[in-house]
Amino acid sequence: MTTATAAIVGSGNIGTDLMVKLLRSDTIELRWMIGIDPDSEGLRRARDAGLVVSAEGVDWLLRQDPLPDLVFEATSASAHRANASRYAELGIIAIDLTPAAVGPAVVPAVNEGEHTDRRNVSLITCGGQATIPIVAAVSAVVPVPYAEIVASVSSPSAGPGTRANIDEFTTTTARGIETIGGAARGKAIIILNPATPPVLMNDTVFCQIPDDADEAAIERSIRDTVERVSAYVPGYRLRTAPQFSPADPETGSPARVAVFLEVEGAGDFLPPYAGNLDIMTAAATRAGEALAVRLLADRST
Amino acid sequence: MPFDADLDFRITDSTLRDGSHAMRHTFTAAHVRDVVAGLDRAGVPVIEVSHGDGLGGSSFNYGFGAVHDLDLIEVAVQTATRAKIAFLMLPGLGVKDDIQAAADRGARICRIATHATEADVAVQHFGLARELGLETVGFLMMAHSASPEALARQARIMADAGCQCVYVVDSAGALVLDEVADRVSALAAELGDDAQVGFHGHENLALAVANSIVAVRSGAVQIDACTRRLGAGAGNTPTEALAVVAERLGYRTGVDPVAMIDVAEDVVRPIMLEECRLDRMALTMGYAGVYSSFLKHAQRQAERYGVPGALILREAGRRGLVGGQEDQLIEIAATMAAARV
Repeated sequence: MTTATAAIVGSGNIGTDLMVKLLRSDTIELRWMIGIDPDSEGLRRARDAGLVVSAEGVDWLLRQDPLPDLVFEATSASAHRANASRYAELGIIAIDLTPAAVGPAVVPAVNEGEHTDRRNVSLITCGGQATIPIVAAVSAVVPVPYAEIVASVSSPSAGPGTRANIDEFTTTTARGIETIGGAARGKAIIILNPATPPVLMNDTVFCQIPDDADEAAIERSIRDTVERVSAYVPGYRLRTAPQFSPADPETGSPARVAVFLEVEGAGDFLPPYAGNLDIMTAAATRAGEALAVRLLADRST
Repeated sequence: MPFDADLDFRITDSTLRDGSHAMRHTFTAAHVRDVVAGLDRAGVPVIEVSHGDGLGGSSFNYGFGAVHDLDLIEVAVQTATRAKIAFLMLPGLGVKDDIQAAADRGARICRIATHATEADVAVQHFGLARELGLETVGFLMMAHSASPEALARQARIMADAGCQCVYVVDSAGALVLDEVADRVSALAAELGDDAQVGFHGHENLALAVANSIVAVRSGAVQIDACTRRLGAGAGNTPTEALAVVAERLGYRTGVDPVAMIDVAEDVVRPIMLEECRLDRMALTMGYAGVYSSFLKHAQRQAERYGVPGALILREAGRRGLVGGQEDQLIEIAATMAAARV
């Protein structure tokens, strides 16, 4: 056996985009796509791709024999909180694309390889995947007492799950900025923009830095990190050079660096403007492959 | 009806919230005490107190508040004898815990704002606010950018989620008379007895009082205003002028025009950093349909990068930026400056 088997639970935008990426994987064999709406576009595409498809939800999946090695959860935070213990009891490794934050957070560019022994990992949020690497890049050079991110996504790329989970997005992202990014305190803001044609995902990262910070070293660290992320998210790039500002007594703002990013999607399912979906599914694929490699190695010994 | 049936429309004074933009979020407890006392004396029934961008707005992106807005809300609640204290929050920026915290400090009215086409992000917040027994108001911001029909559909989403009054919010000060009437009428027709309709105007085309009266004539029963216009962009509907105009037209608002004129001159004017002006920048916002809170941010970036502020605003309009995207103004200015070198 040279691949790990996998199921996607959730046949919405994220699940469908993830399917296209996993079908290209050398280490993961995607077999199942599970939804709750028999008429969903995602299930139809999965059927066309030759996957085993069910609209009877996770209950159906967990009755199968054999069970999948990996489950990619692309439902909602509350659904994953309910499902997580069931996967664990059955020995299934869960890669969580919802903001439920049950397992430790994985941002491949920052902590790849750290959690391959875990049975449940969290991809945090799209905004987290885009911005936490930058916070980590700055906090690798100087202490970051406070970091704040603004994620702007196009309205059509924000599905009902994201909209109903908007508080979970901000709180889970803020926590990731602290635990993975290394900021003492984090804050996250998400904006939905309905402009037509739809705008690319835009992310701005503000990091508080010391007054005498080595700006050149910070900029080098940021640019190296952008390159590392773009290795698995090709459309991830800086929009302009990092902008440094000294402390401003008039506005009460401490010294900071502001980093402006955009994420163009690969266009696997939704069009390229939906970089927010692309970065999630690319990171999930990368994290899932690392878990699969570890699983297969453990099995062969 | 969530308010006194003796009023033809209810004025909410937002000096201590929308005015926070013009004050660069420097309101102090003393400011709040003085302004609330004055407005309360003049008979203003609702007073909104928050960071300009709502609870949780204190940030690099929108400006750090000098004093935590929950503390300011508490001062307002302690000061008011008749007026109810309202607060604003924007889902995506603030969270449900902020609503709970403001309710714990004694605020009575929860106002929840989304972009004109994105009402569904607020469903869980309206639900919580009603559970807590708060009166609820929904803000459909940048209302000029959506058709009356589209806006009415979004208003329905808010009303179904528990919103008791949906506002047509002219964040860019871009709506002109009939455009207000069309939108307010569409909401009133859609909502019927399920929820009230309100209007929040800005002065960027010098129409805020007139637009507010048009809104009332089209079915709005809640109107926002700011004393001495203190608000984002060229400011908001001046409360003192609205009180006079309402009296002249025979509308009962409960606000005493003479007392209100005195509050504007004696209480609010002395604390203002500067007057809200209808200048090139403000007019550009009304003309290009740009979120009024961008004004101070665009001014700052224009100075910092040596590029014309009006050009930053026009680019913001061209990109279709929505409320909350202040960060993009830095990027626009930096990119313009880099292209010039």
